[in-house]
Amino acid sequence: MNLSFFDQFMSPSLLGIPLVLISMLFPMLMFPSLNNRWIPNRLTTLQLWLLHLITKQLMTPLNKKGHKWAIILSSLMIFLLTINLLGLLPYTFTPTTQLSMNMALAFPLWLATLLMGLRNQPSMSLGHLLPEGTPTPLIPALILIETTSLLIRPLALGVRLTANLTAGHLLIQLISTATTVLLPIMPTVSLLTTAILLLLTILEVAVAMIQAYVFVLLLSLYLQENI
Amino acid sequence: GPLSERPLMEVRLGELHTWISTCDFSPQGLLGTVQKAWNSYYAKYINVRRGGPSGISMLLAGYCLLSYSWNYQHLKRYRWRKYH
Repeated sequence: MNLSFFDQFMSPSLLGIPLVLISMLFPMLMFPSLNNRWIPNRLTTLQLWLLHLITKQLMTPLNKKGHKWAIILSSLMIFLLTINLLGLLPYTFTPTTQLSMNMALAFPLWLATLLMGLRNQPSMSLGHLLPEGTPTPLIPALILIETTSLLIRPLALGVRLTANLTAGHLLIQLISTATTVLLPIMPTVSLLTTAILLLLTILEVAVAMIQAYVFVLLLSLYLQENI
Repeated sequence: GPLSERPLMEVRLGELHTWISTCDFSPQGLLGTVQKAWNSYYAKYINVRRGGPSGISMLLAGYCLLSYSWNYQHLKRYRWRKYH
């Protein structure tokens, strides 16, 4: 029984200097800033295509007031997507495996949607606590349940992202350890484990993208309810 | 031209220590050096008319190597462990 499998999630530091900030700022290098040209280079073209796709998807269900959230939601999406995908490279550190970072992203944004809804249209926001067509005796219980589900949303957002990524990275490390250990003993089983590892890596790439999408989509849904 | 004005690639090996003594090691100076280095890398490999995957791949490979060097102390001890 060893606990060294969780060492990959320790914040990296060199001579006592925390390096997690550099891991979080590295995605900034991958997305070069605009210059005067309309079509600068192929990388920018691809990224602009992705950005347009994301913004269109997120902003279509929102009304005019919700379009003010376009920058924060699409930049959050690109940030999470890049960080999750970069974490799949060998020896890299994924900041989104830290619960502190995901809660720091989820809690203020959720609270912002809630406060906006309560301030601008309080009866509409509170009306979401009771779904249409519920039988009358069930109303008190349902209000309590819906309030609990409302209050648990930031926790769910943060923990969902953390748990998915941490579990994926742990599985990759476990199965690759099994492959290396089995290689001198039973090469055939080691090959089978390598096949499983390949499939798992493909799954992890998909999970990395899906989790980023789900995070931002849920936030936009909470925004739709409250705007 | 004068020694302090020349870029690093054109400084001869014997003149290296004099060139370093003319460097600006204040935070703004270091930031300026990093910015210039990044801009020259970006202009040479990524911001080209018919670029390919090579520009970004070199960047990602460098990031992997950097992360390996950050974790080296820990990995060394893990390699030397008798029982995993």
